[in-house]
Amino acid sequence: MNELFTNVDWSDIWQATQDTLLMVSGSFVFTMLLGLPLGIMLFLTDRRQLLEQRGIYTLLAAITNILRSIPFVILLITVIPLTLLLVGTSLGVQGAIVPLVIGATPFFARLVETALREVDRGVLEASQAMGATTRQIVFGVLLPESRPGLIAGATTTLITLISYSAMSGVVGGGGLGDLAIRYGYQRFQTDVMVVTVVILIVLVQILQMIGDKLVVHFSRK
Amino acid sequence: MAPWANSPDNSHNFCNPQGCYVIEFIDVHKSFDVDGRAVPALNGIDLKIEAGEIFGIIGHSGAGKSTLVRLINLLEKPTSGRVLVDNQEISASNADDLREQRRGIGMIFQHFNLLSSKTVFDNVAFPLRLAGSYSPAQIKERVGQLLARVGLTEHASKYPAQLSGGQKQRVGIARALATNPKVLLCDEATSALDPQTTQSVLQLLAEINREFNLTIVVITHEMDVIRRIGDRVAVLDAGKIVEVGAVADVFLHPQHLTTQRFVQEAENVDEADEHDAFAHVPGRIVRLTFRGEQTYEPVLGQVARETGIDFSILSGRIDRIKDTPYGQLILSVTGGNPDTALQHFADAGLTVEVLRG
Repeated sequence: MNELFTNVDWSDIWQATQDTLLMVSGSFVFTMLLGLPLGIMLFLTDRRQLLEQRGIYTLLAAITNILRSIPFVILLITVIPLTLLLVGTSLGVQGAIVPLVIGATPFFARLVETALREVDRGVLEASQAMGATTRQIVFGVLLPESRPGLIAGATTTLITLISYSAMSGVVGGGGLGDLAIRYGYQRFQTDVMVVTVVILIVLVQILQMIGDKLVVHFSRK
Repeated sequence: MAPWANSPDNSHNFCNPQGCYVIEFIDVHKSFDVDGRAVPALNGIDLKIEAGEIFGIIGHSGAGKSTLVRLINLLEKPTSGRVLVDNQEISASNADDLREQRRGIGMIFQHFNLLSSKTVFDNVAFPLRLAGSYSPAQIKERVGQLLARVGLTEHASKYPAQLSGGQKQRVGIARALATNPKVLLCDEATSALDPQTTQSVLQLLAEINREFNLTIVVITHEMDVIRRIGDRVAVLDAGKIVEVGAVADVFLHPQHLTTQRFVQEAENVDEADEHDAFAHVPGRIVRLTFRGEQTYEPVLGQVARETGIDFSILSGRIDRIKDTPYGQLILSVTGGNPDTALQHFADAGLTVEVLRG
């Protein structure tokens, strides 16, 4: 085993795995907290929806589209001043979380908007007819009815965060992707690359499986 | 009366100096904005719906009937005119008052519109939880009563996807009744159901109407639905009400062309075909309409004996309009004294129409 992986320092791998998990889970929490309300606002302010507001919708949609157009590597560097302001450092796991959240939030918000659009308009109309407030419709109808779609969107976002986090080596973010690029690619240590990539594959597989199981569990159709 | 914990208080007075109406449309117009153009949907609707009646609104798709019913709970806003519910102008309410008024107006839908993520129990409890003024114990009791009334007690913990269409509509009815509404709006409520299920849902609506003196507004494109449970009917054509009256009058003696077509569809007859078929038949051709108990009386035989006429029945049907039996026969009359015979029929209370003299 150790002859096959001569260049592999297993403590480095373990450290990188922890860094990746920390970066991804930390940014995932903030992405959910910011992306869900943004997605709900996008849905509600759109044409023929409950809080139709052309101006607000156009503004939110523009911001979302711009952030989603910028390649993540560029975003990583551009937001360094903001990262410094928010967490005091642009390095390491902490420094990586801010750009990860900024990159993934608009992505998740669009997935939320799409999931909410899948909710039957007739059900919203029935709720209005029963005298529901917009707040009651959001929390009592929209979110529960779109739960499978929201969970699927969250799973996709989580996996996107894992792939984004691989680029955070650019700002010294650490993690498995960083290890793969620095040792596996730049120093031709193929064994390191193989080990890190295998760990990433296993991680993605496990998360996708859990996500799919939750979607099935909450589907009532 | 079923043992309801808090039965709706529908005994109070809907009467104003003009009459006892629970819903009034006063010169209501509605147009939709389509690509910057105002497309009219309803043109000058004047309509009064009495407390406790089952009022049918029939029209082809696109006639504006769905829009009309949505003006009652302000899911659509009138472009001009006034809509009064329980003598309050719902189209002038602020947001809080509107929510309160909507709790007094139940609604059921063609596609049921149940929450797929909630159980049958939670669907029926939903309007009570929205109102925010019921304790969990009260909700449990009320939902239990409602599910018992619509015959779904054993399905309380199922999800809508596990139910048949008829069961889903029963959940819809229980949900619509949860907050003790004064009015129940039915938007094509049986159009997605098979004939047998339609029959049982209509029967449930008729029972609820009697038990709680609940005013029911039924929107449909099927004359048969109105014939079975309606008291009065309005015929909507191209955004205008072209005929309104008691169901028996409109059904047996339709005046407007649109109404005549609806009745023919329901009766499955084509009058043009009939006229061709009767061309070779000798004698006078008359249509007799019986209503109520006279349907079962031997009027035809008596009159034939008295006046010496012969008759043959060319077509006819005997059926019920809601609870009233009726018969409608087309006869050819030969020999004897036909003028006296027709007079006798009229004297006996039958409606006589001479189709060919």
